[in-house]
Amino acid sequence: MRTMKLKLHVWRQENRNSQGRMETYTIEGVNEHMSFLEMLDVLNEKLIKEGKEPVAFDHDCREGICGSCGMVINGRAHGPWYKTTTCQLHMREFKDGDEIYIEPFRASAFPVIKDLVVDRSAFDRIIQAGGYVSVNTGGVPDANAIPIGKETADQAFEAATCIGCGACVATCKNASAMLFVSAKISHLGLLPQGQPERMQRVLDMVAQMDKEGFGNCTNTGACEVECPKGISLVNIARMNYDYFKAQLKK
Amino acid sequence: MDTTKQVPSLLATSIGRKIVMGITGLFLCTFLIAHLSGNFLLLKPLFDPTDGGKAFNEYAEFMSKSPLIRLPEIIMFLGFMIHIGLAAKLTSQNKNARPQGYVYQANDGKTSIFSKYMGVTGSIVLIFLLIHLYSFFVKHRIIGTEETMYETVKIAFSNPIYVLFYVIAQILLAFHLNHGFQSGFQSLGLKKNPKWNTLINKVGLGFSILIPLGFAIIPIIMYIQSIQ
Repeated sequence: MRTMKLKLHVWRQENRNSQGRMETYTIEGVNEHMSFLEMLDVLNEKLIKEGKEPVAFDHDCREGICGSCGMVINGRAHGPWYKTTTCQLHMREFKDGDEIYIEPFRASAFPVIKDLVVDRSAFDRIIQAGGYVSVNTGGVPDANAIPIGKETADQAFEAATCIGCGACVATCKNASAMLFVSAKISHLGLLPQGQPERMQRVLDMVAQMDKEGFGNCTNTGACEVECPKGISLVNIARMNYDYFKAQLKK
Repeated sequence: MDTTKQVPSLLATSIGRKIVMGITGLFLCTFLIAHLSGNFLLLKPLFDPTDGGKAFNEYAEFMSKSPLIRLPEIIMFLGFMIHIGLAAKLTSQNKNARPQGYVYQANDGKTSIFSKYMGVTGSIVLIFLLIHLYSFFVKHRIIGTEETMYETVKIAFSNPIYVLFYVIAQILLAFHLNHGFQSGFQSLGLKKNPKWNTLINKVGLGFSILIPLGFAIIPIIMYIQSIQ
């Protein structure tokens, strides 16, 4: 088992209104089998023992599915591995003596609350603006009462795998949320259950996205590269198409 | 559809603006094809020594005098204005969306470099366009000159600095089109079917190389001729 000594440059910021700065910590005995978050846990234990404030970071499931653990590691959202969340990034990626820069997701729509924790509630408000479907009242519908083709089901499922972590925003040079929003719009818009609100949904969710202050998409594709779930740019094309159609129909 | 809600106009929303960017950008691509087709007449004297620029002058005359050209000319001018104006607006919004950048700058190694510098390549092409308009359009259509259009072009392209500038601008245009062509289709939602995406990307790549190459080769040939 390999252990390593690392130099960490971590963004420290007391609260939403305070001025943050990068601080440097040295950490020894990092096990290569640790996840990145476990390495931060070790750092925090050390800081607590030294009577210092531990580094605040978001985390929950630690199995790559909840989308909580967002941070930018050496300039890459969720670190250097493709299709991986921070909790699934393991320290074997790094070598003894490495310097690692850890920064929060940067976007005016994602204000820093403390250290590496950002407020991603803008995503919740976008979902609230249109991420729902009409359901008839009465008994529970049969599971397979509405037949859906395999290809469509797969596409909708693929879009639905978006965990809303915000890596797309963090990595986009324009801090645009279009990959996230398009995944949510595609996921419902592809399925028969999502048809009644389809046009209104795209208008409403895009309006909310704009209101939150996210940037515009310049089709660089950086979001797709950093998405831990591999959400494709095709979703953005679908959203653009539906948006255009909805605008023409209004 | 729920009509009680006010739907913002196309030009007031992020995707709406991108759609208009895409439409105007792709429209300007068609203008490039038309412009280049006309420019090739500059090479006619190479194959037909009796021509002496006559074919090009007749074409230039038609373009400046025919009432048929006025409407497309105005639409083209508006296309440029909207494309540039929206680019400025979108860029400033994008800057505001991330007021504080990252300390550590990284490259994911997968995204196209051209896609990240559309503002830079576009701005240089715009500077070229203004100088280009001044050299030919303004000189003939606004100031007025005794020279024929062919003579004006011939004089301009015998200046190595002008030719170099022209060629560099075409290289930057190629970078701009490399991302812009396929990006326009994406903004219009026409890349929603992956089956067509390869074709759109390939046509875009071909367009971005061939059109600027066609433009650049003419001043190079005319310069070589001028020093012989």
